Amino acid sequence: MRKTMTSLLAGIGLVLACGTSVYAQDKELTIFWAEWDPANYLQELGNEYEKETGVKITVETTPWPDFQTKAFTEFNAHGDAYDMVVGDSQWLGAGSTGGHYVDLTDFFNKHKVGEVMAPATVKYYAEYPGGSSKYWAIPLEGDAVGWSYRKDWFEDPKEKEAFKAKYGYDLDVPKDFKALRDIAEFFHRPDQKRYGIAIYTDNSYDAMAMGFENALFSFGGELGDYKTYKVDGFINSDKAIAALDAYKELYTFTPPGWAKSFFVEDNQAITENLAAMSMNYFAFFPSLINEASNPNAKNTGFFANPAGPGGDQFAALGGQGISIVSYSQKQDEAVKFLEWFIKDETQKKWAALGGYTCSAAVLKSPEFQNATPYNKAFYETMFKVKDFWAVPEYAELLQQLNQRIYPYVIGGPGTAKETLDALAADWNATFKKYGRGQ
Amino acid sequence: MATTMITTLDRSSRAAARGLSDISIRNLFIIPTILFLIVFNIFPLIYSLGYSFTDFRASTNAPANFIGLQNYRDLLNDPYVWLNFAITAKYVIISVAGQLLVGFGVAMLLNRDIPLKGLLTTLLLLPMMLSMAVVGLFWKLLYDPSFGIINYALGLGTFEWLSDPNMALYAVALTDIWMWSPFVMLLSLAGLSAVPKHLYEAAAIDRAGPFYTFFRITLPLVAPILMIAVIFRTMEAFKTFDLAYILTSQPTAELISIRLYKMAFQEWQTGRSCAMAYIVLIMVLAITNIYVKYLNKVKER
Repeated sequence: MRKTMTSLLAGIGLVLACGTSVYAQDKELTIFWAEWDPANYLQELGNEYEKETGVKITVETTPWPDFQTKAFTEFNAHGDAYDMVVGDSQWLGAGSTGGHYVDLTDFFNKHKVGEVMAPATVKYYAEYPGGSSKYWAIPLEGDAVGWSYRKDWFEDPKEKEAFKAKYGYDLDVPKDFKALRDIAEFFHRPDQKRYGIAIYTDNSYDAMAMGFENALFSFGGELGDYKTYKVDGFINSDKAIAALDAYKELYTFTPPGWAKSFFVEDNQAITENLAAMSMNYFAFFPSLINEASNPNAKNTGFFANPAGPGGDQFAALGGQGISIVSYSQKQDEAVKFLEWFIKDETQKKWAALGGYTCSAAVLKSPEFQNATPYNKAFYETMFKVKDFWAVPEYAELLQQLNQRIYPYVIGGPGTAKETLDALAADWNATFKKYGRGQ
Repeated sequence: MATTMITTLDRSSRAAARGLSDISIRNLFIIPTILFLIVFNIFPLIYSLGYSFTDFRASTNAPANFIGLQNYRDLLNDPYVWLNFAITAKYVIISVAGQLLVGFGVAMLLNRDIPLKGLLTTLLLLPMMLSMAVVGLFWKLLYDPSFGIINYALGLGTFEWLSDPNMALYAVALTDIWMWSPFVMLLSLAGLSAVPKHLYEAAAIDRAGPFYTFFRITLPLVAPILMIAVIFRTMEAFKTFDLAYILTSQPTAELISIRLYKMAFQEWQTGRSCAMAYIVLIMVLAITNIYVKYLNKVKER
């Protein structure tokens, strides 16, 4: 008994000692992000910062499905566990109007961040409300949805011949959605356990929205007017209806059981020889050129989201900016870190480590574009991206989109027009509830 | 009435020697528990009732406005919420009925002298001891259309258990049945072994058939304990979250607790989700009450 008591006391003492030693070292910054490779790269970049300045950087991560919930739980409790957070672009509204993010407008103007970073990244990762010139984040990880494909399947002479005979043009990387559809249909051979295409369908967060947006934006459609919050005539326009039907048709060429798929499944479609083409965020492509994680690494190619029937070509935006949490006790230190982060040399290092830099200069440099097979597609994409609503109630809008579009895409009843009319009505009601654009 | 249950301290005990009275010992045991319940259960319960009448959102700094019964009105008028309730009801009925059938059946099989009975019972109890999340992840692999062992064993090809909107709920219920039948089995075994042997002997002497013996002796005597199993399982099934959340994202399998989670922690509609939680609470209470009434009736017989 006495022994346990002593060891217990010793344990408590140790905990206290550790606790105080953490307190003593206030030169430490914690950055919160989701659990994925770029977060590891950011930790490595943080280690460089520690070498230079002595300030320790800790990148704390949590799996993607919990990321939003955990971050906002901490914000809502006004906790100071995180000094900075690398938040999704949709969070800007909730983060800024909720008082969770520090206003970085002065920082932006002082360091001319608007000129350093690519315009689309500034618009979508940093500014809220749109067009207000108020900034809440520094673009950190650029990302968009692109495509990977099986080069060996595409380049097989027999396949090329059969494709030409069937469709009347050469089998090549798809330039538009029609070619995308034809190729998906061509390679869809369930009897050989080979399927045409892998797309996003998961309805738990923003996967479904990102996948559908890829079609919607390239078809020339829009979610709505981001300034007036008008959605009628946008999300249920003829172009949007055609885009939804195109996306639904692509679903028929997916592998079996493809109704809850996101980035993990879509990469598996390539690594497990399931699909000819696969949609995914550029951030997940590094593991596809790595032979350790993709046995088909040598035969995997990449392309940007193809154009729609009208020639428009856009892609859905992913990626994140880094914001300072307003409840942090070390905001000054955090600002210093951001000053270091936006330097050209740091951005080059960031890109070399595997991070997707948003720095316009680095993106345009040939050394970046030739560094990997997908960097060029990434560079092209980053100048033609569009994003989801960033208002504080974006999660409700996402939920409504999932509720309407998901059942339709995976084979539910109704027509695309009915689905999108209903979605427009839902969104109108939500915007009305929050007094927007009335 | 309860006080009569408390026996006075043995005067020679160590507690009495330290000058502790039986009342102070009682308080020592009860007060921390009561405090814990008040702080972590009762207080949040009442606090959230207050929120359910407001448009409070935990994710913003905007003050909560009192909006009366608006949240309740909106929720009860939302066809999606009704759909969630219908799905939950269907799920509860399928999974509790399945567990009752399988659990009681296995208990009947085990309620005899067979070799290794103890080991067999213990092994059968294993599913119940696993974590819900682990069971969910394992069954997701088992159900997989491309490499899942279930399709392989049953020769179903690429049958999509979890992606087929019409099948997803049954697949989740099937997993729940696998996991919780042992619980029903355990309670049934206790009930079965408590049935006096002489009743069966008397029935045998009277040449009663097996069906007659089962419906007139076994079932009535085991019924009260089966009812307890049903109450527990119904309440649990009504609240199922982890299993369904991990297994499928089909809207046709979106149970009320999943909707509630999304509303509260993804959309941050705190006020409305409090109202929803209250609606669920009232429903569970009502159902449990019906069961308890019935249970008392069964006991009286």
